[in-house]
Amino acid sequence: MKRLLPILVLLVAATPARAATPQEGVVANVTQGKSLYAANCSRCHGSRGQGLRDQGPSLKDAGALAADFYVRTGYMPLDNPHSQPWRTRVLFTEQEIRSLVAYVATIGHGPAIPSPQWQTASVAAGRQLFADHCAGCHQIAIAGGVLPGARIPPLNQPTPRQIAEAVRVGPYLMPKFSTKAITPTQLNDLVAYVQYAKRPDDRGGWAIGHLGPWPEGMVTWLLAASILVATCLLIGRRLKA
Amino acid sequence: MIRRLVRFVDQRSGGAPFVRKALRYVFPDHWSFLLGEVALYCFILLVATGVYLTLFFEDSRSQTVYHGSYKPLQGETMSRAYESVLHLSLDVKAGLLMRQTHHWAANVFLAAILLHVLRVFFTGAFRKPRDLTYVIGLAMLFTAFLEGYLGYSMVDDLLSGMGLAIGYSVALSLPVIGANLGLLLWGGPFPGSPSFIPRIYIAHVLIFPLLIIALLTLHLVLVASRHHTQFRESPKTTEKQVVGIPAFPGQAPRSLGLMFAVFAVLFLLGGLVQINPIWLWGPYHVGEATNGAQPDWYLGWLIGALRLVPGFDLTVGGYTLVPNPFWGGALFPVVILFVLALWPWAERRVTGDDAFHNLLERPRDNAWRTSLGAAFLTWIFLVFMSGSADRVTVWLGLDYSAQIWAYRVLIWLVPLLVFFAVRRACRELLAWEQIRSD
Ligand code: HEC
Ligand code: HEC
Repeated sequence: MKRLLPILVLLVAATPARAATPQEGVVANVTQGKSLYAANCSRCHGSRGQGLRDQGPSLKDAGALAADFYVRTGYMPLDNPHSQPWRTRVLFTEQEIRSLVAYVATIGHGPAIPSPQWQTASVAAGRQLFADHCAGCHQIAIAGGVLPGARIPPLNQPTPRQIAEAVRVGPYLMPKFSTKAITPTQLNDLVAYVQYAKRPDDRGGWAIGHLGPWPEGMVTWLLAASILVATCLLIGRRLKA
Repeated sequence: MIRRLVRFVDQRSGGAPFVRKALRYVFPDHWSFLLGEVALYCFILLVATGVYLTLFFEDSRSQTVYHGSYKPLQGETMSRAYESVLHLSLDVKAGLLMRQTHHWAANVFLAAILLHVLRVFFTGAFRKPRDLTYVIGLAMLFTAFLEGYLGYSMVDDLLSGMGLAIGYSVALSLPVIGANLGLLLWGGPFPGSPSFIPRIYIAHVLIFPLLIIALLTLHLVLVASRHHTQFRESPKTTEKQVVGIPAFPGQAPRSLGLMFAVFAVLFLLGGLVQINPIWLWGPYHVGEATNGAQPDWYLGWLIGALRLVPGFDLTVGGYTLVPNPFWGGALFPVVILFVLALWPWAERRVTGDDAFHNLLERPRDNAWRTSLGAAFLTWIFLVFMSGSADRVTVWLGLDYSAQIWAYRVLIWLVPLLVFFAVRRACRELLAWEQIRSD
């Protein structure tokens, strides 16, 4: 573990702070949150967050955790209640996000925003957890993919906090993992692995996306085979018409 | 000095007449005849790099806990086979270079054979007396498919395990013999007995390479004894002449140059472009899976076929007669192999042309063969494409199941269109030539 620390520290340094990370000195305002909610969210989630049939689920147990995740990823507000939420540009300011999240938290008794302590966690343990619980959907090197009925996002973009939140929320078709299924310590390990996998200790040259045989086949044909066919054309003769 | 050395060897071997003949062997100098050579040089490099890899590979499935140099796998249980490849890749001098070059060479080997087969097919080079040579070539192609699959499977990483799971389900799906065959090959239910890895190892490094070498030798001997085919260079060329450049000094330097080009491309790829980063995939444990797992490109048509066949089993009174993977995983490749292998005989029967042919046809000269072949190829190619429908969904957002349904229709429609388009193109080209020469 001691020897892992320098790598992890490097990783932290190498991961640029994203706009979505909370800033100091910004204060949440529940009243502002309530009006933002009324303007942007109530048409699907109901005026008091009770949920509307066929539009949006109840937010009673969502809590600050789910609200923070869905708003900062740009998943919410959704355009069409039947389409899969997807990462888009966040239209709210930091101040507005905090207020909105604070308001949703008052609707029920949902969980608070987690703060994973992943810097000192075990990448190796996280890798095993990821292989067991997440790789079937997110691909072992976090490149994403598809499932019948859903696109699976690659995990290069989510911040450590969003990773921790996603595991507890289980957005869209993703299962929700309770603290029994994945303990808080394990969650830290998981986050450490995902952070690691964004810039893995890699070898062998140009990584072509860490997708395996698919891009390898492309390189085989578009690069190697083309060059070799061109070589044949160069040194062989061609038919005169 | 050299003269004395040569005389020494000649007096003891009596090889001079043979060598003289070989040096004067006349090669056709059209570029497309070099594609087969590319495959040959890939194979040579495969053997050379493969030998290096065997020095470090451990063919054992016994489990061990990793304490090597790669941090993110610390403390993980894995087979010795996987651990040895990890060690080879990360700690052995030139290990990764050799491994990556080997893998790229395999990918390009199959690509080169395929291009070579296309050349042979579309120019009618497979016609009597070379039909046997052609069938041996096909046998090599299919042996190479299996050989590549074994290499991919031996490493016992996550992708290997998933590939073997599919292979196992295809083996089980064979009617009547399936269950027993699966148990026999794997030495027990999936993932098989501890002896499974030693088994595929010996198949990969000894049995299949020897098979390929035997077929290759036969192939080349037949090529040389029946002599190469050639294009009709001028209206005066006949089936009885041989035109081209001599082995030496004409063909040999060209061929040598090509060999160096192949080696250079493959080593450059091996050194500069990552292939199969097994340290990221991790070891295989039964039940684990990763999204988007694919076989190497040359087996992509089988994955495509497995996905395209609608999900049904052939059942008789609650007893599954033919499980689903049979259609895509076993019947499909067998049908393709048979169509290709029997083509020369089918063509002979249909056209009634039983003569010897040493002159090639240009694709346009035989519109029927070219258009049928193109349609058949399109069919396989679309099945192949459907195997990467998931990637298209990721990149373009097209719905996955909609794509699969589209392919189920397109694989029948598009070949039909291709057939008529190509036949038309051939005829137009000929007509155009006719006009121009008048
Ligand atoms: C059944 C498949 C499935 C499994 C298993 C799964 N996920 Fe997900 N995950 C998804 C889907 C689908 C989404 C996208 C949700 C959406 O679009 O609303 C997602 C989204 C995410 C996101 C947000 C990504 C972003 O940038 O938008 C993170 C982080 C995440 N998952 C982490 C994990 C982790 C960690 C695990 C393992 C504990 C895991 N997932 C297991 C399907 C899965
Ligand atoms: C077009 C309708 C629509 C709008 C507008 C919308 N939502 Fe949603 N929301 C949904 C749907 C549908 C889901 C379920 C998505 C899923 O399964 O991932 C959802 C899920 C959520 C969840 C997760 C609930 C849970 O417990 O898992 C939160 C939190 C949320 N929305 C907050 C908001 C906020 C805050 C806004 C306003 C900024 C908003 N939504 C606007 C439709 C909408």
